[in-house]
Amino acid sequence: MIITRRQMFGLTAGAAAVLAFNPQLSFAAPDETEAAIKAFTGGATPTEGTVSLDTPEIAENGNTVPVGVSVDSPMTADNFVESVLILADGNPNPAVATFHFTAMSGAADAKTRIRLAKTQNVIAVAKMNDGSTFIDRKEVKVTIGGCGG
Amino acid sequence: MATPKPRVKVPKKASKGEVITIKTLISHPMESGQRKDKKSGELIPRQIINKFTCEFNGQMVFSCDMDPAVSANPYMEFNAKVTESGTFKFTWVDDDGSVYETENKIAVE
Repeated sequence: MIITRRQMFGLTAGAAAVLAFNPQLSFAAPDETEAAIKAFTGGATPTEGTVSLDTPEIAENGNTVPVGVSVDSPMTADNFVESVLILADGNPNPAVATFHFTAMSGAADAKTRIRLAKTQNVIAVAKMNDGSTFIDRKEVKVTIGGCGG
Repeated sequence: MATPKPRVKVPKKASKGEVITIKTLISHPMESGQRKDKKSGELIPRQIINKFTCEFNGQMVFSCDMDPAVSANPYMEFNAKVTESGTFKFTWVDDDGSVYETENKIAVE
């Protein structure tokens, strides 16, 4: 069968429509991300600031996206960052990693590489030893997703 | 699967109270449990490293709980404040219960 230019347009539009209306059940709903944040903070709404995420604006390969997180804290025995939760709200499962720091860490900085299934927000939530929580969000555009197979 | 090989970069020397950067990498496929076998179409079971810890002279410095969204060959970069000479002990825990360990010494002047 020879596909004319006109037919090709129709096919592409049809395929796009199917993709757009097909609910992606396997991907995490934003509620799940919110629930994960709530579970981590103990119900409190985290404040913006103090914690900062370092992510690339565009990730060519979703299989390894470098992500850095740093928290502004003196890191002394009575004032330090306890843990930082990393979430990705568009992955099949929003949890990515949890870093636990101690006063011996010296600086609340950590870098790792993560998988992102599609363009989405990466979220970092930091919890201090006094119980206060902070949040930062960054959007990462993903060219090739990292959860296929 | 080949035995995962840990690689760690710690400075050999540091001055007292200095905050040093430690880089670690371990070879591991971090099978997410989401992928399907291309031939049989069955899901490949999850097998990841779920925990990483770093201790200095027996005291916890940094640890990390990992989920399947951490890339293959998990890389970690973090800091430690050193006040005395000693040994860093790094531990990775696999889903199947295996533990991979390595140690690095540091001299503080």
